[in-house]
Amino acid sequence: MSEWKAGTPFRFVGCVELREVLGRKAADVEQLLTGIEAVPLDSIYYHTHSYFLRYEHGPTLFPSDFATWAAVSVRDRVLSERLGLIDPFEFRDLEALRGQIVSTIDEHLKSLWSVPRLAHGGPFEFVSSHIIEVDLEVSANTLDEFRDRLATVDRSALFNHICEAKIRKGRRSGDFIIWIGSEEGLNLPDLANRLGGIQPLGLTLEGIRSQMLEALDGWRAEHASSVGSPSQRLDQ
Amino acid sequence: MPISLNAYREIAPPGRVELLHRLSKQAAGKRLLHVTGERQGGEVEETLHALVPLLDDVGVKVHWETMEGAELFSEAVRAFRNGLQGEEVRIPDGLLDAYRDVVRANGHRFDLLADVVMTHDPQALGLIEYAATDVRWIWRCYLDVSRPHRKIWNFMRPYIAKYDAAVFSLPQFAQPLPLPQYLIYPSIDPLNDKNRELEREEIDAVLEKFQIPRDKPILLQVAAFNRFKDPRGVIEAYRLIKSHHNCRLVLAGGVTPEDLDDQAVLNDAREAAGKDEDIHILLLGDAPLEINALQRSATLVIHKARREGFGLAVAEAMWKGKPVIGSETGGINLQVMYGQTGYTANSVEGTAFYGRHLLNNPTIAEDMGRRARERVRQNFLITRHLEDYLSLIILLAHT
Repeated sequence: MSEWKAGTPFRFVGCVELREVLGRKAADVEQLLTGIEAVPLDSIYYHTHSYFLRYEHGPTLFPSDFATWAAVSVRDRVLSERLGLIDPFEFRDLEALRGQIVSTIDEHLKSLWSVPRLAHGGPFEFVSSHIIEVDLEVSANTLDEFRDRLATVDRSALFNHICEAKIRKGRRSGDFIIWIGSEEGLNLPDLANRLGGIQPLGLTLEGIRSQMLEALDGWRAEHASSVGSPSQRLDQ
Repeated sequence: MPISLNAYREIAPPGRVELLHRLSKQAAGKRLLHVTGERQGGEVEETLHALVPLLDDVGVKVHWETMEGAELFSEAVRAFRNGLQGEEVRIPDGLLDAYRDVVRANGHRFDLLADVVMTHDPQALGLIEYAATDVRWIWRCYLDVSRPHRKIWNFMRPYIAKYDAAVFSLPQFAQPLPLPQYLIYPSIDPLNDKNRELEREEIDAVLEKFQIPRDKPILLQVAAFNRFKDPRGVIEAYRLIKSHHNCRLVLAGGVTPEDLDDQAVLNDAREAAGKDEDIHILLLGDAPLEINALQRSATLVIHKARREGFGLAVAEAMWKGKPVIGSETGGINLQVMYGQTGYTANSVEGTAFYGRHLLNNPTIAEDMGRRARERVRQNFLITRHLEDYLSLIILLAHT
């Protein structure tokens, strides 16, 4: 059957994460600030993105370990809310994200008479992560194949093609959207734009998957008459 | 017959077994040697009994050796374990010499030629002295060494510093060290007797054996009888719950043989229970099937420890779909997601409050139990442990 066919297939690559303890701790907000300024960018990445891999139901409080620690252990709700609102996907790179986090904490500290300290639980432990890519040996040549593979592929592939691609590899749109929109891929910029409207912040990987599938199905239904038999696609 | 990775296909998260098969291609053919103090007995050994066949199944050439030593060596290791966890211990120089002697003898006995050697806890730590130059050495420490007894730490640290990497179960268990320290959570094996699915008849048989009727909700704590696990505190919480909900309490665990302190804690729990026929104190040794059945029959599970290591009993209960009310200590915080898979509490009253809340709201308890099982599926199954070990082997091969 003739379908939306790509020039180059999409290869799904999953990943695994190995965590490294950096041995740096923070017992108050000032130490948190100096820690954030000093640790490698991999640690900033871990504390602002890896929750996707860690929390299958979504983070308990905020999608940032810094914000959650400020809320739970320091009990500084104002700071935690300000940190929680920072969307890591809005920044051009991790250094810019680090800068925003540092500025937010710095401004908050300037507005206070004393440094908020640990009130409950343990100090903040800086951790970093190593991502190892795993070729899942799953590929898609057409939009229908892509939709089917996306529905069942290991969720780490979503993390790899969205978070890793956008944040660590500088592919700002993420691998899925690039492939769908580019001439080498499916060359469907309209669909790519629609998928680009999905905001990962606050979603789980399964939530992102669901929203992507919904967007793909909706788009295919709207364009069913343009290629092939509608029933064959709508039955997917 | 050893269990293969494919046996976990329907249990692990969807797609995970395929991912592990693909990941293992990067580690296939690597030689991995595990060295422990014993082959049976504790969580370390239980985990390796599950992991070694899986590593073998995915193509890693894995071997497992145990140290051979006399009574003095065992005494030294006990002192090291206690001292590393911060207890005041007396350690005569003779014990240190005994440890060195046993390490030397085993260092000559083992074939240490592997790509990666992983020693577990203090028993085999000193083998690094006999390392070949092109072998990567990992110290896998399950203990909380954040506040060690200084004399013990000063003795162990030079050994540790020679390793290529250390692995801890929680960030707060680690120490400042001049080597990379990785974080690998312990895990449960969903196919062993402690965690496998049970038939209703199997559960009933265990309850019958312990004379526990199913006529009212069962609160359960599975933990050793020692002062850190606070059985009296659990009984006090149960009493506060009991005044509103007719329920039973089961306290199941063991005592360290000949440990007078543990015996005193057990006696204290029995005294606190008094003549309450709804409190069942079960002294269990190695009884995986019984623990499995008790966890499955419980309405909710309590883990009110004052101090805890990782606390895998929490994951075991969560895997059986039970909401857990745990203390905010050790690995319990990490396993229990407050308000989603259970609650963490800091007091007898807090434990009782959440206990009442869950008994009052069975639908919430059921939802939490479902999420708890999924949390374990994603994070604390042996398949995730396999993933971490493969990742570590791969990472070390490239650094």
